[in-house]
Amino acid sequence: MKIVVCVKQVPDTSDIRWTENNTMIREGVESIINPFDEYAVETAIRVKEANPDSTITVITMGPPQAKDVLKRAIAMGADEAMLISDKKFSGADTWATSYTLATAIREKITDFDLIICGQFAIDGDTAQTGPGIAEQLNIPQITYSKEIESISGNTAIVKREVEDGIQRFEMQLPGLVCMLKCDYEPRMPSIKGTMKANRTPIAEYGMEDLGLNPEDVGIKGSPTFVSKAFRPEQRQSGEMISASDAKEAAKLLLEKLKNDKVLV
Amino acid sequence: MSEHKGIWVIAETDSNNKIIGVTLELINAAKELSSQLGGEEVGTLLMTGNENIEDSIRTISEAGSDKIYLIKDASLGQYSTELYTDAVSQAIEQKKPSIILVGATTTGRDFAPRVAARLRTGLTADCTSLNINEQGLFAATRPTFGGNLMATILCKVTRPQMATIRPKVLPKPEMNSTNNAEVEQINVNLDISRIKTKLLECTGVCQNNVQKIEEADIIIAGGRGMKSAEGFKILEDLARSLGGAVGASRACVDAGWRSHSDQVGQTGKTVCPKVYIACGISGAIQHLAGMSSSDIIIAINKDSEAPIFGVATYGIVGDVFEIVPAITEAIKAEQLTTVCSF
Ligand SMILES: Cc1cc2nc3c(=O)[nH]c(=O)nc-3n(C[C@H](O)[C@H](O)[C@H](O)COP(=O)(O)OP(=O)(O)OC[C@H]3O[C@@H](n4cnc5c(N)ncnc54)[C@H](O)[C@@H]3O)c2cc1C
Ligand SMILES: Nc1ncnc2c1ncn2[C@@H]1O[C@H](COP(=O)(O)O)[C@@H](O)[C@H]1O
Repeated sequence: MKIVVCVKQVPDTSDIRWTENNTMIREGVESIINPFDEYAVETAIRVKEANPDSTITVITMGPPQAKDVLKRAIAMGADEAMLISDKKFSGADTWATSYTLATAIREKITDFDLIICGQFAIDGDTAQTGPGIAEQLNIPQITYSKEIESISGNTAIVKREVEDGIQRFEMQLPGLVCMLKCDYEPRMPSIKGTMKANRTPIAEYGMEDLGLNPEDVGIKGSPTFVSKAFRPEQRQSGEMISASDAKEAAKLLLEKLKNDKVLV
Repeated sequence: MSEHKGIWVIAETDSNNKIIGVTLELINAAKELSSQLGGEEVGTLLMTGNENIEDSIRTISEAGSDKIYLIKDASLGQYSTELYTDAVSQAIEQKKPSIILVGATTTGRDFAPRVAARLRTGLTADCTSLNINEQGLFAATRPTFGGNLMATILCKVTRPQMATIRPKVLPKPEMNSTNNAEVEQINVNLDISRIKTKLLECTGVCQNNVQKIEEADIIIAGGRGMKSAEGFKILEDLARSLGGAVGASRACVDAGWRSHSDQVGQTGKTVCPKVYIACGISGAIQHLAGMSSSDIIIAINKDSEAPIFGVATYGIVGDVFEIVPAITEAIKAEQLTTVCSF
């Protein structure tokens, strides 16, 4: 089985600070592997453990320093890595990102069986790249997945979490799965894995290597345009209820809620 | 591009074939956008495999849609990514609407990106407010970076301009029983052999919850301060007496006390209830990302420095194991009920 995992390097969104003019400070913010993509890598490794003849290729589109997340994925247990990088790719929206990644997968990993993405990237948080790749490659998808239970022949059994409950799907391969947070945790890179990550060459491809046109990539190829970015209104803290005991606190709170017409 | 006209809402129904809340919110939003554009047609696309659609048509009509575009095909009886994508894409190509609004449900976020990819157009995800800008373009605003930054996004050249919109954020319309939307059938080519996924089974996750958190008007959420799975019992009691759902912080889900479907926050669900009661939750930024747009936030925590108090409408410093049962008791004693329409 040939498994492809799409991973993204993202800023640690818990580490965001602001200037006095309410612009975000991007410098010095730590970069991490998108948390959902760690579950994607972990899931791929579990599929490989159950299907030992598999190889896992991790792929990212990003600047040269995005190699860090590829190395981390190899240290966890992936086999090969591909960096899709070109100055012309910058400013890509989800359409351009999925078009570029789909082209790279089609051109460079021709006979793939399974593509695994994260459900969301915590920076953009769109959840659109995975389905976009699946559409470009004309393959089926299962989004909001919790687990790839098993693979046999050319079908995968995939668990999916929706508003109404848990669904189990059978999907024909090749296909794409987007992972939510799973019931299992991503493994930590081992020392051996880290050494392997330092030895493993990372293949790099730019726009021309993939036969892409400038009109279809990066900001030029993106149908959407960010016209404004601003800091959300900060929620103000309200009233503290002080009381001598729990009973009084409860009573005072209910008075407030009655005043707010929440309770009658 | 100038030939594209009108605003479409893609309707979604639940497992009982009822039009879901966000569809109504979007019809209302579409009317608002229409008046900003000087009166373009508001259309609702209804896909069904079910013969019995009278109720859906009436609901969409009363919500204020001018027109209902109907695609009726047995193969649409059950949702599939493949055929919904085919049906919506073909309908858009035939009728050429200018703006498409889709609910940001698991279904909407499953097919909408495929439609946008196929039509090579822009899709703005999980929006919380919608507008028409000075140039007459659709301007969709959404939180990014874990709720730290808002971005307003345009789709300048390609059509349609598409967005998925978070449920429960925009207001519902006043229903008008005299409104009659005109129904027009759309014929599309659907081929079931294109379906490459098969639903094997579906099991509920809500057994140990009173209600689903994404639909609840009141959420009682517990954190590590609840100490154990058993600790949540007092929250379930309160949820029952208020008619709400029980949510949890990630710490509790990771500890195995609650299921992931109840997790609120960046790696869980984003919720927007009328009342959110945070019990024994510190208020880490990843948790706040999922709940800080709730109307009223009540925080109960024994640490007066806990960041959750920074976003709370009402804060109580104290032990959850004393305060929560006292609230439940008082509600019962006073026979209070929640007002659904507040
Ligand atoms: C990438 C990433 C994604 C994440 N996603 C999420 C997410 O989606 N959702 C989420 O919730 N977290 C998320 N987290 C984790 C988050 O950072 C916090 O660790 C988590 O929210 C803490 O949960 P907590 O408030 O329950 O626990 P704690 O931080 O341990 O807080 C427990 C609180 O309970 C109080 N307490 C203890 N006993 C009592 C008592 N008897 N009475 C009253 N108060 C009491 C304490 O004072 C304390 O404030 C994420 C983290 C990362 C890195
Ligand atoms: N630049 C990228 N490189 C590789 N994978 C990506 C990239 N952007 C998004 N993805 C994948 O798509 C998923 C969803 O991202 P998003 O659509 O941005 O929320 C991520 O979890 C990744 O698996």
